[in-house]
Amino acid sequence: MAHAHESNMKRIWIVFGYLSIITTVEVALGILKPDSLFKNNFLSMSLLNWIFIILTVVKAYYIMWAFMHLEGEKKSLRWSIVAPLVFLILYLCFIVLVEADYIFEVFDNSHYKWIF
Amino acid sequence: MSATVNNEHALDGGPGPMGATYGKMMMWFFIVSDALTFSGFIAAYGFSRFKFIETWPIADEVFTHFPFLHGVNAPMYYVALMTFILIFSSVTMVIAVDAGHRLQKTKVAVYMLLTIIGGFMFLGSQAWEWKNFIKGEYGAVETAGGSILQFVKPDKNEKSGYKRVKLEEFAANLNEEREQLTRDKGVWFMEDKFALTNYSLNEVNQGFKSHPELLVRTEFIKDKEKTVLSREESEKRLKDAVLVVEGANLVRNEYGHKLFADFFFFITGFHGFHVFSGVLLNILVFFNVLLGTYERRKSYEMVEKVGLYWHFVDLVWVFVFTFFYLV
Repeated sequence: MAHAHESNMKRIWIVFGYLSIITTVEVALGILKPDSLFKNNFLSMSLLNWIFIILTVVKAYYIMWAFMHLEGEKKSLRWSIVAPLVFLILYLCFIVLVEADYIFEVFDNSHYKWIF
Repeated sequence: MSATVNNEHALDGGPGPMGATYGKMMMWFFIVSDALTFSGFIAAYGFSRFKFIETWPIADEVFTHFPFLHGVNAPMYYVALMTFILIFSSVTMVIAVDAGHRLQKTKVAVYMLLTIIGGFMFLGSQAWEWKNFIKGEYGAVETAGGSILQFVKPDKNEKSGYKRVKLEEFAANLNEEREQLTRDKGVWFMEDKFALTNYSLNEVNQGFKSHPELLVRTEFIKDKEKTVLSREESEKRLKDAVLVVEGANLVRNEYGHKLFADFFFFITGFHGFHVFSGVLLNILVFFNVLLGTYERRKSYEMVEKVGLYWHFVDLVWVFVFTFFYLV
């Protein structure tokens, strides 16, 4: 390795702090389940769930960028890892969840009883 | 070909076009493909959940245990603890990697050891979680149509207005002769695949009759709560019951939809298997650190590579935690 490595200890503890805070917020929200968030929907999912998912992506960002050290890698490596994942996962979730919702509607409106 | 060895190309051990060595690059390839595998599983879970959105079990009613707090309703605390254990073991791992860059052998060894301990703590926690899930707490009955009926009684202290009731709290004790049908007793094609439940359906039905305060709770979700039937409806509904369900296995579970337990076992099991492999790799690298293998190589890149895998395991858990326990 040509370049000298300076210690990243400070960054590590700061990221650990962020991850802990986010997890604590998630758990607190999960236990309290405030009605204003829990009972209001956006795109057929409650606001609370959206918050959980966004916080999870933020956590994933910190783990990948700081702990897996993507922030120190070359841009080409970083994006050849992240771009396919983001694209494929979003695509998969989109088709699979839309299909699931459609099947739910089919069962819901049919004369055939699924679970009784 | 010149006689001088240079390390400028990836196959010679130097950084390749993307600035990463061959080994590190391959670890990233593996992680990307494994991440897609887990995405597939979690998306499949999402599929089943959206398909049965009106009847899916509510996770924080299922995972409510905490060690030494028997009978205390503690949703999420335990998984939160597991998350912290794994995040913290990720921190010790990244400290080991950091020390490796500066060739501090002892520090690498100490933090690798801490990471291994963290990994075992997580695995132990997961085993305990599985034990509780398999054992179950309240018990339920299943109808001929495959739906799960649970038992509740009105309780003003609960947010929903109802308190779950265990089978053992009301089931009648009829001292029935029950025998498990098995092949070695000459019973084929109708043998019981699972151990007999503690209470028979008859005992549950008798108990329900003699406890007029009891009501049946169905799987159906209305306004984010499971529906509770009136006493008359409950009695009528209970006539459809065909068997008693205690705990969970791959065929049925007392929490609700059958797929719920299947996905729980499969996804957390597959993740647990990754953690276990990660611990084994960490142990291997830990001994190599002690033996001075990397000291002689003047490179602790191997620690960095298992570190990548270990963080990936943590990353997956973050998503499992969200989609199984929170959402």
